[in-house]
Amino acid sequence: MIEFTIDGKKVKATEGEFILPVALREGFDIPTLCHHEALGSDGRCRICVVEVKRGSRKRIVTSCLYPVADGIEVSTNAPDVMLVRKSVLELLYARCPEAEVLGHLAKKYGVENVRYSKDHDKGKCILCNICIRACAEIVGVSALGFSGKGMSKKVTTPFDEPSDTCIACGACVVACPTGHIFMKDDKGVRTIWKKKFPLAQCPECSRFHAPVEQLQYISKVTNVPLETLMVCQDCR
Amino acid sequence: MIQSLDDLEKIKEDFAGRIKKYGKTVKICFGTGCVSSGSQAVYDGLVGALEKESLNKKVRVVKTGCHGFCEKGPIVVFNDDEIFYQSVGKKKIEEDIALLLDTIKNGKVADKLLYKSADKLKKFVSTKEIPFYAMQKKIVLDLNGAIDPEDIDEYIAHGGYSALQKALTAMTPDEVLDWVQKSGLRGRGGGGFSTGTKWKSCKDAHGGPKYIMANGDEGDPGAFMDRSLMEGNPGVILEGMIIGGYTIGSNQGYIYVRDEYPLAVKRLGIALEQAVKYGFLGKNIFNSGFDFDIKIVRGGGAFVCGESTALMSSLEGKSGEPRAKYVHTVEKGLWDKPSNLNNVETWACVPAIINRGWQWFASIGSEGSKGTKVFSLVGKVNNTGLIEVPMGTTLRQIIFDLGDGIQNNKEFKAVQTGGPSGGCIPKEYLDTAVDFDTLWELGSMMGSGGMIVMDDKNCMVDVARYFLKFLVEESCGKCVPCREGIRRMLEIVERICDGEGDEGDIAHLKELGRAVNIGSLCGLGQSASNPVLSTLRYFMDEYEAHIAHKKCPAGVCKPLINYTILDNCTGCTLCARECPSNCIIGDKKKPHTIDTKKCIKCGMCYEVCKFGAVNVV
Repeated sequence: MIEFTIDGKKVKATEGEFILPVALREGFDIPTLCHHEALGSDGRCRICVVEVKRGSRKRIVTSCLYPVADGIEVSTNAPDVMLVRKSVLELLYARCPEAEVLGHLAKKYGVENVRYSKDHDKGKCILCNICIRACAEIVGVSALGFSGKGMSKKVTTPFDEPSDTCIACGACVVACPTGHIFMKDDKGVRTIWKKKFPLAQCPECSRFHAPVEQLQYISKVTNVPLETLMVCQDCR
Repeated sequence: MIQSLDDLEKIKEDFAGRIKKYGKTVKICFGTGCVSSGSQAVYDGLVGALEKESLNKKVRVVKTGCHGFCEKGPIVVFNDDEIFYQSVGKKKIEEDIALLLDTIKNGKVADKLLYKSADKLKKFVSTKEIPFYAMQKKIVLDLNGAIDPEDIDEYIAHGGYSALQKALTAMTPDEVLDWVQKSGLRGRGGGGFSTGTKWKSCKDAHGGPKYIMANGDEGDPGAFMDRSLMEGNPGVILEGMIIGGYTIGSNQGYIYVRDEYPLAVKRLGIALEQAVKYGFLGKNIFNSGFDFDIKIVRGGGAFVCGESTALMSSLEGKSGEPRAKYVHTVEKGLWDKPSNLNNVETWACVPAIINRGWQWFASIGSEGSKGTKVFSLVGKVNNTGLIEVPMGTTLRQIIFDLGDGIQNNKEFKAVQTGGPSGGCIPKEYLDTAVDFDTLWELGSMMGSGGMIVMDDKNCMVDVARYFLKFLVEESCGKCVPCREGIRRMLEIVERICDGEGDEGDIAHLKELGRAVNIGSLCGLGQSASNPVLSTLRYFMDEYEAHIAHKKCPAGVCKPLINYTILDNCTGCTLCARECPSNCIIGDKKKPHTIDTKKCIKCGMCYEVCKFGAVNVV
């Protein structure tokens, strides 16, 4: 058992835990954009920063990746913490002015006006990596990845072309914290990542319920016959 | 296979026998700088001439690594630094080859090829007399320029692999570690962390296998220390790494070198192959029971891959994104295994420490920084090139003694150290003894050893803009403060350079600069604000001139300057003829004028005027 303090309050944690889940469990307010409970931490967005005092040394760390240790003193609202958090939110909001979640967070953490020119070519994507990780680690197909670096970095399919591996499951859409990823079902066709996927029509109720390629993939990994999966969950 | 000291001695004797038949040795620099200024043509010309004169059996012509004095290349040195010729074959190659031949045949020193001081008052014959070399102390670059980097026998003949033999057969790993710790060696890649402490942590770390890595991913603009070392003496890096492997308990090493350094990759490859052939790599090295292998991994050229964790990601075959280092890489590094990464220059110090003792190494340098440091001295200094000086040498000694002062007798303004992560140091601090700690205190850093000298025609706001632009392009984009923050700092600084800065910009830059420094994930972002913050610290007046008065005192930022012609114009018409936009008008022998509406502010008139009649306001 590890014992340390957060904003002066004594807390206990298990060895190997990171600060973030402990702080959230204890009721502290730490925002995050790239952490996902099913995927863990990535250290990209930097808004979950806290100040850690270890011995005489103080430093700003990302709470999502910093392992708890005996005797550390964590501050969730030191001036430098607020500086980084506020700066990052202002920068992100300038990048993605249409992302409502960023607007709310920016306001909450004291960004009164955005001092930078707004981008209009990034959509709502903050490059948090959640979609890529969800696709690879949860779905298991790795249809997405980053291309480019720095300001030209973006999430895309290989070579920006319609993907051969995407199964149109929409896990990326669900996981995305800002609502950046476009997906539309219309007349039996799902459009996602610049590709059209036919939707399976339930033989019982005639409802379009899931992409055929997703059902084929599930059938392959679970050995459940495709015919069974073609029937929608309501009629099954 | 070499298994003992006797075997090493045998190679030395054989090599001595091999070169004995030659009466003279001529060393031609084949570092990248000299190759690009034509050393291959000099080599071919000289070898051809020697053959014609049937002297090819009597004169040994060696292609060596970088001599450091790249400004004066191609460089040719006779015997052991006896005669130093510079800029050989740069203008009239046949004439210069004839002069070389005359020196070989008749011992006649060719005045034309000697190095002269910038004021032309002094000329020097021997390498050792030239201030650029005389003030250096070479440990790392000791054999750079002295040996053929593609011949392991010559490295051995100069003491190569004797430290490995000593470490593996006469010292325990703990003893080697003790020596490295006591030597006071600190990491040459930039951080300046104690090498011995790092080795100990990795040695003590649980689990395995353990890995050794050499960082040869040098990417700072204007820096070529590591490149020259890898090209000029790759053997010393390998030797250091093998000793490190033995000490730490690792059997596998990697050299990460950028693919833009093809000559370094080639020569490391040759050195590696030859080391395997002699048994310095592989199984049971020097009959000690210790096995070690090294692989060369070529990087794709991203600046961020010089950062330790990004380097490891890249080495693992992933994209070069850094990762958090809250658990140190000595415990969880490459493939999550205990790993020890040092810069190639750090590795190159190790054989010298083992050969000459930690006391010797610790006796060189300053209180907190031991040994020497290689710098690439570039910019507006007369002697540009690669230098190695003891830690604690002052900036003044480096720039004004070794470097022979500022070009064209201009005024020294600042020196930028530490590459894009470093800062600009003004003239008040010229007498600062350079080491890890003093540079840090001045808001700059040692970095890997880049040193860019600036004069009064360098605008410090423009310098900050240059480095920010570099970093915007090189940020990997993983974390927000670095990816978005540096770009926004650049926008602000660009606005200031364009004369559109406003009062709040300075405070905004300081605030954002701090957020980027403390909030970024890796060393790139954590030091990205340094060029801005250090110029703000020392050259605030220039920022203010740009913002409040819309003036660029150095005459660099185009929207803020105008060229005018003064009354002392003689009407020579040179500027009018050179002007690319034909905006200079006037009759012959009468003062000219510039049509400011058509002027593109290229500065050509200013450069060509022989009478100082063009003014920048």
